[in-house]
Amino acid sequence: MSSVARAWREFPGKYNLEGTKCGNCGMIFFPRRDFCPKCRREGVGKMEKYKVQREGEVFSFSVIHDAPACNSFLRPYAVAIVRTLDGVLIGGQLADVELDSISIGMPVRAVLRKLDEDGAAGIIHYGFKFVPKI
Amino acid sequence: MREVAIIGVGATKFGELWDRSFRSIGIEAGTKAIEDANLSGNEIDCLFIGNMSAGRFINQQHINALIADYSGMATNNIPATRVEAGGASGGVAFGQAVMAVASGVYDTVLVGGAEKMTDLDDTSINTVMDATADADWEAGMGLTLASLYAMIARRVIYEGTATREEIASVAVNSHFHGALNPGAQFRKEIPLETVLRSGPVAEPLGMFDCAPITDGAAAVVLCPLDEARKHTDNYVKVSAVAQGSDTLALSQRRDITTFGATVAASKKAYKMAGITASDISVAEIHDDFSVAGILALQDLGFYRKGEAGKAFLSGETRVGAGKIAINTSGGLKARGYPIGASGIAQIAEITEQLRGRADKRQVAGAKYGLAQSVGGTGSAVSVSIMEAI
Amino acid sequence: MDTGIVSYGAYVPRYRIRPEEIGRIWGADGKGMGKGLMINQKSVPGADEDVITISTEAARFMMARVPDVNPRDIGALYVGSESHPYAVKPTSTVVAEAIEATPALTAADMEFACKAGTAGIQVCMGMVASGMIKYGVAVGADTSQGAPGDALEYSASAGGAAFLIGSDKIIAKINKTMSFTTDTPDFWRREGQPYPLHGGRFTGDPAYFKHITSAAKMMLAEMGTVPGDYTHAIFHQPNGKFPTRVAGMLGFTPEQIETGLLTPSIGNTYSGAVPLGLSAVLDTAKPGDRIFVTSYGSGAGSDAFDITVTDEILKFKRENAPTVGKIIQDPIYIDYGLYTKFRKMIIMPE
Repeated sequence: MSSVARAWREFPGKYNLEGTKCGNCGMIFFPRRDFCPKCRREGVGKMEKYKVQREGEVFSFSVIHDAPACNSFLRPYAVAIVRTLDGVLIGGQLADVELDSISIGMPVRAVLRKLDEDGAAGIIHYGFKFVPKI
Repeated sequence: MREVAIIGVGATKFGELWDRSFRSIGIEAGTKAIEDANLSGNEIDCLFIGNMSAGRFINQQHINALIADYSGMATNNIPATRVEAGGASGGVAFGQAVMAVASGVYDTVLVGGAEKMTDLDDTSINTVMDATADADWEAGMGLTLASLYAMIARRVIYEGTATREEIASVAVNSHFHGALNPGAQFRKEIPLETVLRSGPVAEPLGMFDCAPITDGAAAVVLCPLDEARKHTDNYVKVSAVAQGSDTLALSQRRDITTFGATVAASKKAYKMAGITASDISVAEIHDDFSVAGILALQDLGFYRKGEAGKAFLSGETRVGAGKIAINTSGGLKARGYPIGASGIAQIAEITEQLRGRADKRQVAGAKYGLAQSVGGTGSAVSVSIMEAI
Repeated sequence: MDTGIVSYGAYVPRYRIRPEEIGRIWGADGKGMGKGLMINQKSVPGADEDVITISTEAARFMMARVPDVNPRDIGALYVGSESHPYAVKPTSTVVAEAIEATPALTAADMEFACKAGTAGIQVCMGMVASGMIKYGVAVGADTSQGAPGDALEYSASAGGAAFLIGSDKIIAKINKTMSFTTDTPDFWRREGQPYPLHGGRFTGDPAYFKHITSAAKMMLAEMGTVPGDYTHAIFHQPNGKFPTRVAGMLGFTPEQIETGLLTPSIGNTYSGAVPLGLSAVLDTAKPGDRIFVTSYGSGAGSDAFDITVTDEILKFKRENAPTVGKIIQDPIYIDYGLYTKFRKMIIMPE
């Protein structure tokens, strides 16, 4: 990533798991959606900001060995789809974890971590990752 | 709507084609297909090309114009359109071309697929592949495409619908057939242990669970069914083209062990063709990652959930062994996976099977053949059915 | 109007390295070095951690303990550190955004070697007491740098703590704060340099000991107290040896500094050191406990605090966030190779 603006406009989601909730049907969405795929026109103008719970459990996971350049310092590293306490499935990295200790159902919580940086002089990108619940 | 026929197919060898450029492989495949259809090329009145990412692989946009130009078709000023749908680019391009003929707007249509991947380094190639997932919320969060499929595999194993060995046997099946295909990237059978012991890419998936990086191109020529015999005796009928969509990000779905887009597209395709899954005797499925083969056989209705893995492991998906032969070309895993070309290469393989020209990998008496092409983690799926004449 | 601590939160990265492992690489007696410094292990930030992420984690734990406080009532947020990830671009804005305190607040990054965190507490106290703001947040955090092979490498670690300063429902009243500051260049890092330099033994008597004892004595004189009046004492802890010695010089007992002395298990967290020590004390504090605090920052200065724990701590939702003890209880030990990778000491191709 290199666009500062592109990263900046997603800070609420990336820092604070801010998604949306449809005021019509109550469905929760993360990442945010401006349009409820279920209610469509009935939901227009009724999408509200919604902060997704920061705690949840591992729904599925993998340990990545073939890492993208931004994570060459972390490989091998774990990723997961996490089901939050309010039932939202979110994909993210799993940090500070002993790789052979991960299991489906493991309790985790979202923290803020560095995701990437645009070289030594560019901006640092921060966003959520999950860590084992203390 | 007119019925549509495939009257010619062509493909380059798949592999690391260091001495070949994008335009050179694209033209080779197209020329072969036109030759196979006994045409001069001047009959072609519309061109489609499936290509995922020439913009990032070779820094060339507007490849529809490039191919029209270098194939000589720009001299006739025919329309040329590039189609992109991630890994399903070729399959979706085929669907567009079939509809162009079926609608009566165009008569003789060339649809190609091409990808030149090896001009980019491996890490960058993976980054391009990862961009077929959600760039902001999957790739941008450090998830790779391989890891998304790995999480599908983890879930499949956890839910008990396939074992690790069964998942790995998808690659064994593809390599078995790849050994029989002179155009394949890998022409070598592999034992199950090779897959299981291959270096980890994204656990539980290893190197041999993943389709390779490949250069290659394929093309087919279409015309109205009732005009096919004017050109050739060796043609097949396109019985159905269908396409389905799903969420861009895998985590937006409640169940990640099935691709809803495959289920929807195949249902529609069977209805269009007036057949059921049990009528299909040969299929090319999108095994970019081994586990995708398990999902495909179940979602296409060939096997019930929990049965696809057993079929692969027992070897009954091999040519001549069971009710349906899967990936006789070698699939994406062994034939190679030049992304935008794969969907068209699948159509070419099914056409050869239904014309009885698949040589050592020929499925005897094949009447119906199916091709499934997948973009991202099942966010776009095309399903096409061909029928022998 | 009383001013004091309304809430607090701490964070220490999960990774640890032992001095003998560092010594193994540099051909030094690491074990002996650790023993001399009274450091059994030090914390190491993960490759994806920095002062912004550490401060955020501490500040979020701080906010979790006061669910009734609206983060938008925070009028000021300061992060004190000598390892801000950016030379220009604040750490404090990210932290403010991450606890949803934006946009009606003032924020700034602070630097005063190891005492920028306590300096932030003082600034917030002044702003609360003057009525400028309802709440202020002061964070002290570092991912401190020690040059490879240097004595500092055995101690320089990572961690931080955050304090919510206000006048309403304070769990600990800050009775007084006083500072002692001179120009004493005992330790420094120039712009653009990756590692600090220090004056060796000059960092001892004329620097650390002179400033801490001076500030502490000023405070005792001002308050008319003696060391025995305090339940706990926390001194800046670049290692285990210095705070133990300075406590003795001032007349505090080993029991008084025990709870707040974290260096033996996590190393020197620089700007995070005194804030973390104070957090550990607040983790177990009871109403009426009196706490004596003196930080030290090279360059040089000391901030002293006289604090009394209030009855409010009984209603305080301490359990909404982990204690320091819990945070540091389950470390992952790494070797020097992984340490150099985490600390980005390996030159990589661009």
